Amino acid sequence: MKPVERPLELFFAEPAVRPGAEPDFSGLDLPAAGSLRRPPVDSPAEEMRDMAFGLIRLLDDDGQAVGPWADTLDLDDAARMSGLRHMMTLRAYDARMLLAQRQQKTSFYMQHLGEEAISCAFHLALRSGDMNFPTYRQAGLLIASGYPMATMMCQVYGNDGDPVRGRQLPVFYSSKSHGFFSISGNLGTQYVQAVGWAMGSALSGDDKIAAAWIGDGSTAESDFHAALVFASGYRVPVVLNIVNNQWAISTFQGLARGGAGTFAARGLGFGIPALRVDGNDYLAVVAAARWASERARRSLGPTLIEYVTYRVAGHSTSDDPSAYRPSGESACWPLGDPLMRLKQHLIARGLWSEDRHVQAEAEIMGEVQAAQKEAEQIGTLHSGRRPSPAEMFNDVYAEMPPHLRRQRQLAGY
Amino acid sequence: MMSMPRCLRICGGNDSLRGTDAMPATTMIDAIRDALDVALTDDPTVTVFGQDVGYFGGVFRCTAGLQKKHGIDRCFDTPISELGIVGVAIGMAAYGRKPVVEIQFADYMYPAYDQIVSEAARLRYRTAGEFTCPIVIRMPTGGGIFGAQTHSQSPEALFTHVTGLKVVMPSNPIDAKGLLLSAIDDPDPVIFLEPKRLYNGPFDGHHDRPVSPWRTHPMGEAPLGRYLVPLGQAAIRRKGAALTVLAYGTMVHVALAAVEETAIDAEVIDLRTLLPLDLETIVASVRKTGRCVVVHEATLTSGFGAELAALVQAECFWHLHAPVERVAGWDTPYPHTNEWDYFPGPARVAAACRRVLEVQ
Ligand SMILES: Cc1ncc(C[n+]2csc(CCOP(=O)(O)OP(=O)(O)O)c2C)c(N)n1
Ligand SMILES: [Mg+2]
Repeated sequence: MKPVERPLELFFAEPAVRPGAEPDFSGLDLPAAGSLRRPPVDSPAEEMRDMAFGLIRLLDDDGQAVGPWADTLDLDDAARMSGLRHMMTLRAYDARMLLAQRQQKTSFYMQHLGEEAISCAFHLALRSGDMNFPTYRQAGLLIASGYPMATMMCQVYGNDGDPVRGRQLPVFYSSKSHGFFSISGNLGTQYVQAVGWAMGSALSGDDKIAAAWIGDGSTAESDFHAALVFASGYRVPVVLNIVNNQWAISTFQGLARGGAGTFAARGLGFGIPALRVDGNDYLAVVAAARWASERARRSLGPTLIEYVTYRVAGHSTSDDPSAYRPSGESACWPLGDPLMRLKQHLIARGLWSEDRHVQAEAEIMGEVQAAQKEAEQIGTLHSGRRPSPAEMFNDVYAEMPPHLRRQRQLAGY
Repeated sequence: MMSMPRCLRICGGNDSLRGTDAMPATTMIDAIRDALDVALTDDPTVTVFGQDVGYFGGVFRCTAGLQKKHGIDRCFDTPISELGIVGVAIGMAAYGRKPVVEIQFADYMYPAYDQIVSEAARLRYRTAGEFTCPIVIRMPTGGGIFGAQTHSQSPEALFTHVTGLKVVMPSNPIDAKGLLLSAIDDPDPVIFLEPKRLYNGPFDGHHDRPVSPWRTHPMGEAPLGRYLVPLGQAAIRRKGAALTVLAYGTMVHVALAAVEETAIDAEVIDLRTLLPLDLETIVASVRKTGRCVVVHEATLTSGFGAELAALVQAECFWHLHAPVERVAGWDTPYPHTNEWDYFPGPARVAAACRRVLEVQ
């Protein structure tokens, strides 16, 4: 055996820059819009390995949708316009709920700022009856599916109108009818459950597919790896989404990614076809999501999709990102603002104008405020009508066992 | 006076790093950071890691400044894998280092549970001492911050039930520092539960009153440098003759408030370490008072209170004038909106004390 020449050492990954330095995204390789090929959905996985390292982008700098993914995208003008409306609605909703949290109407809030395109657009790849297993940053799925906004706000307030009875942290929505599985605070758990749901659908001879959601940081959890091995092994009809918004609270995406190059490349070792998508390009998200959902519907198996985006706001209302990343970083994010990019596209297509945009902004804010009024008429976290404490004891079991009944009585109910 | 926390504060505390070497710690966060700082300084094998603990210094700021002071190889961020954090700690300890790891919230320890229960706790036993596991697993625990079911849990009984683990829960900054240093010195795995509602000040359950800082509390100022509070020793926080209240963590303050406000002459014992338990102090007190109330924030059924009640019954049977009462969280997940209906506050503790005193 050769003697050791120098002591062993570890590598500690660090982001390119920290507070005080100039933002630097030179490490992000950005191929031109339209440059990536679009393989047939039934191509063998081993012939699509390159897709995990590319970047599907449709919208170019002039707002034109270009390339093979754009050419095959079947999306009429009305759908493109409602896409913008959904993103604007989500942004306005976030702004109002953030303010409500600052006014102590609720305890906590989490925004989507900069990531609106992903959940709003993905909805277009789903059919009624399909099921999302989301994280806390996909409320666009609810908005795009027409879920009542006042009800979302009631959940955030934990008031008497909250369908989950004030039991969950704000933004942890749940709606079976809108294809939105209950959100868990325990990261990653939903990813493998989505695989199980889709297996259940297939075992039942159904035609419903599932969509799993996870953040870049949370891909480190074992649930993610378990999901991939089951999805691959049984060729499960599921779309496995990773939202890479560059940050996991204070931890940069490079730590969870390790030496893999991209998060999409995580799929390769499992033999799962993987796409990497410009997450700030609404049309790219629709195109990729539909490609993956078609694979699922044709029982061709799972697809892993990494959406490259940027978490513009703090992790939550409890977080101040200026402590760990340069404050100007979001302004330098090379993939831009998803709203502005789709807006530019609609203008370039002659469907939209600056004036109409301003008008729509006012209209949407009016709708959001009306919903907020409706929710606040019921109550907020600390005032108005709240779920009765007696309800705390419900739904622990289908039928309340005697010991819990005794405790409820002891509590005075 | 600080404002009432009506919202979930994760990144709490003061971000400006107190001159750790110069001034005594006046929050539980500072006290814990001091203990880690002392340990990192004194023992080159101590290694601190966990989610967001490195550059940022932890979502509760308990490791703020440690990476800068001691280097990235002594205090670093990990990927979001609790299993990974604990599994890596076990391997590192087997090599001969002293990992002190953070699980961001006790509610997130479950992915690590197999590594804790099947591996860390039993390594010494299954190798007859050839391999050991001197690790410390820190985790913020308990509610009172509107964190709902995934930021509020008190899983101590899930650890005390596991043979091979030691379990500690301090109730104030002085103990937090001394106990953490003892835990780090300990040759076996220690679960170190930090009541997050106490990080920035004592909390007696009166959520509608202004928050008071540690500064004005007799146990609020942790001295500089190294000192130890030994594991396995309870502390009597209030002398009394009428009954004994057993509590730990946040509930020590709740119990003290309950008995002071109702003028009950209770002896209040802060267990500090749940395992190994200071049975001697408990038994001496209950034999004197003849009555006992056990308080914890965790759910009632199969909680640590059941163990305490059984021990008191067995050891003090002929001295007891009344059945032992338990006050605990209801047997439901921790709710969000109804947090204060769930939390076993001073009114519930006082009611239990009165019931126990009424028995002739
Ligand atoms: C099992 C578990 N561990 C830790 C946490 C604490 N936590 C909440 S969010 C978060 C960061 C998640 O980052 P990422 O997956 O990238 O999602 P993002 O917030 O960026 O959308 C952490 C560490 C948790 N909720 N659950
Ligand atoms: Mg992230």
